[in-house]
Amino acid sequence: MHRFANPTRFLKIAGYVQPWMAAVTLALFATGLYMAFFTAPPDYQQGESVRIMYVHVPAAWMGMFCYAAMAIASAVALIWKHPLADVAAKATAPVGAAFTFLALATGSLWGKPMWGTWWVWDARLTSMLILLFLYIGYMALQGAFDDRARGAKASAVLALVGAVNLPIIKFSVDWWNTLHQPASVIKMDGPSIHPDMLWPLLIMAVGFKTYYMWVLLVRIRQEITANKVRILRLKQVHGG
Amino acid sequence: MAEFLSMGGYGAYVWPSYGLTAVIMVVLLITSLRGLKTTESTFQRLKAETGPRTPRAPSSENTEEAANGDEA
Repeated sequence: MHRFANPTRFLKIAGYVQPWMAAVTLALFATGLYMAFFTAPPDYQQGESVRIMYVHVPAAWMGMFCYAAMAIASAVALIWKHPLADVAAKATAPVGAAFTFLALATGSLWGKPMWGTWWVWDARLTSMLILLFLYIGYMALQGAFDDRARGAKASAVLALVGAVNLPIIKFSVDWWNTLHQPASVIKMDGPSIHPDMLWPLLIMAVGFKTYYMWVLLVRIRQEITANKVRILRLKQVHGG
Repeated sequence: MAEFLSMGGYGAYVWPSYGLTAVIMVVLLITSLRGLKTTESTFQRLKAETGPRTPRAPSSENTEEAANGDEA
């Protein structure tokens, strides 16, 4: 049972942190949404459609952030066999997939009025679609084995291999000609976006991040408890 | 108000973006919370079933084991 010493301590801490994460997330969303709709100006070229940015960009950032977190956790699980790492990677996948899907869907809704098309097969959009497929593949692979440990190992390897897609997404707008605009926030010479637009964007981005933490805590607690249920069931079968 | 909702003619794109984001994030949160609740109640039920019936020390009575069970 000492293997669960760590997860047990985690369960306790997670129980305390979770309501705070919820409160911070709701406060950030309330502030961010107010600023996005009332204090941020319309764009001089894109008009009011630019307000899609305040959900599109945070969703896209989180789609990549979650994948990076999942790949790192998978590496830790493969190398050090830390019991929490596997659980964290598994709990991250559906959240990252949801964010990636949202980035694609809101991008489509933004692309239609601005580019005149819902979709183009250019580098940024295609690499983002591949990211969504990687998440789906990861989740499918996890459930594809009768032996849970083998499923976890196979999906962890997939998560690591798929990580090469992350720099491709990031630099796709520089390496290839694309309809998608280049980076305007994370750049060497500082953001090229006005503070009135930058602040609501950053507040929404942090709100998306704390939302991820919130859901992650819930899902990790669920996974750890599910492991305990499995152990009790085995006990019932063998000891009963 | 109508002017706000029309979003300078882009309302048909802006509002679905926010609506879809809200729906997906709320659904993901609720299913996660519900999953935790269900698993926790299954765990408590199994613990109550198995806990008292697995005496470790051969000499002890069940009453001693019960003290182990209520720490959570």
